[in-house]
Amino acid sequence: MNQFLTDERVAFIEDKAREIRIEIINMLAQAKSGHSAGPLGMADIFAAFYFHILNHDPKNPSWEERDRLILSNGHICPVRYAAMALSGFFPVSELNTLRKINSRLQGHPHRESLPGVETTSGPLGTGLSQAIGMALSAKMDDKKWRTYCFMSDGEHDEGNTWEAIAFAGKYRLRNLTALIDRNNIQIDGHTEDVMPLEPLSEKYIDFGWHVLEIDGHNIEEIVAAVNEAKAIYEKPTVIIAHTIPGRGVSFMENNHLWHGKPPNEEEAKMAIAEIKRTEKKKK
Amino acid sequence: MIKDYLHKEILDNSSEMEAVRSGYGEGVLEAARADKNIVVISADLTESTRVEEFSKEFPERFFQVGVAEQNMAGIAAGLGISGKVPFIASYAVFSPGRNWEQIRTTIAYNNSNVKIAGHHAGIMTGPDGATHQAIEDIATMRVMPNMKVIVPCDAEEAKKAAIASAKIYGPVYLRLCREKTAVITTPKTPFIPGKAEVFWDSSESKKRKAKRPQVCFVSAGPIIINALLAAKELEKEEIGSVVLNVHTIKPLDEKKIIEEAKKCGSIVSVEEHNIIGGLGSAVAELLAKECPVPMEFIGMRDCFGESGDPDLLIEKYGMSVKEIVKSAKKAIKRKS
Repeated sequence: MNQFLTDERVAFIEDKAREIRIEIINMLAQAKSGHSAGPLGMADIFAAFYFHILNHDPKNPSWEERDRLILSNGHICPVRYAAMALSGFFPVSELNTLRKINSRLQGHPHRESLPGVETTSGPLGTGLSQAIGMALSAKMDDKKWRTYCFMSDGEHDEGNTWEAIAFAGKYRLRNLTALIDRNNIQIDGHTEDVMPLEPLSEKYIDFGWHVLEIDGHNIEEIVAAVNEAKAIYEKPTVIIAHTIPGRGVSFMENNHLWHGKPPNEEEAKMAIAEIKRTEKKKK
Repeated sequence: MIKDYLHKEILDNSSEMEAVRSGYGEGVLEAARADKNIVVISADLTESTRVEEFSKEFPERFFQVGVAEQNMAGIAAGLGISGKVPFIASYAVFSPGRNWEQIRTTIAYNNSNVKIAGHHAGIMTGPDGATHQAIEDIATMRVMPNMKVIVPCDAEEAKKAAIASAKIYGPVYLRLCREKTAVITTPKTPFIPGKAEVFWDSSESKKRKAKRPQVCFVSAGPIIINALLAAKELEKEEIGSVVLNVHTIKPLDEKKIIEEAKKCGSIVSVEEHNIIGGLGSAVAELLAKECPVPMEFIGMRDCFGESGDPDLLIEKYGMSVKEIVKSAKKAIKRKS
């Protein structure tokens, strides 16, 4: 979008992140199933991408020159749906159809259901491979658009993820940027207990990547990291974004029990009230 | 009588031999010369899957993933939804075997324009043993929505199938065999994906009493030569038959199969695949609904293969001409 990141703009993106969080809570409470912690933890990053970073046209989702955003860990799709609706891809009212019959908003995103969803995902560890395919295609055709791949930390348990990491390093895919939601939880507990990933950044470095570590809730850091990734000419870049799962809702934060369940009506009310309170404080 | 558009000398076991996979390699190359969007990904089997020539002629369109079939499927999916026409090749046990779920989600459900070639399929893979003899791949591919399944019977047909599949939008599985096998078809043999072709038709027989077809062989892949040889044996005994080359297992040429089932009154499926889930099953599913007739199944009887000379394996596992003749007589007898 090529706009300077002024203080006003940061505040605007932060507001959007709050709106995204509220929509996530509403959607999940309505759907009565789905994942809570992951989507909330990625709200700031999705707000930064949909409202500042991505070169896209919500009214023309298949615009050839658009940047591609691949969501590898498809289960956090409520955050993508909320960001898409709020940026004008489809009516916000449609968010209520999440996970229901005849909806375009599948429980895990499906490319052919909803324009603007670049790939079908859900089964973990396959997003980076697909993002590589897109980046290769852009490189072959000398296209300027960039490919971004959002991944979870837990899906680094998958062998396929490492096959893809090795390939992107080998082919020096500078038009590819991966972003890891490093929230340290997965379904069975903390990532370092389930299957240790650390030292994660050293692993990527060894595979030929440029590595950045950021606070995934800091809009300025998110934007600066993407700008740096664009400037790295000879390597793909991975942004390890440290996030708090459930961010914005204190009773969900850092609690892996909120990985795979939705809030009930009462919990949803509490959550939304809390998100709105932070808005007032800032103003 | 064997059809004019085939190499008739195959019935005397004196035909030219060529590997189906070589025809595939030629087809991909020819298609790639006409369409710059065709790309190839190899998983450390470039020579074996016959894409070495492609890699030399189009190095900028060739990608090497190493021994990583899951990554190969995913990258192909990404390329296929970004305007490219990727051909991916490995041995069938690895692709579409090991990477089945990647193919399901990222290629089939995504409806990405990827062509998957499963080499070394079937028991004729021989000395490598059962680990490398895919006998489940037709089943696992044809149950996948959006996927088309083509099983060429020789190098010539494999070449046509590769060229044709590049022009079909969406996922296609091509099942290929390792060994050099008889070149049955000629450049004149019709090949249209989804359209079964008659290879033998007894109504054209010179023997008056052998004209009436009593059994139809449905077959695909190089094993079809055994069905043709069985038809020739039956002709000697004045039993008429039809051999139908069902190279496209999905979508099935339902009209033609129903027509032959009605005309012949019995069916024998002949394939180098588990009798569960393969071509025979696909035909049985159709006929149970549309035209139930006695049916016998030639193929692997739900067991793994083993190392050995391909011809001896075919005999040991019940796919010889003799077995096919026996099954045909059984099917005919069941009509009464």
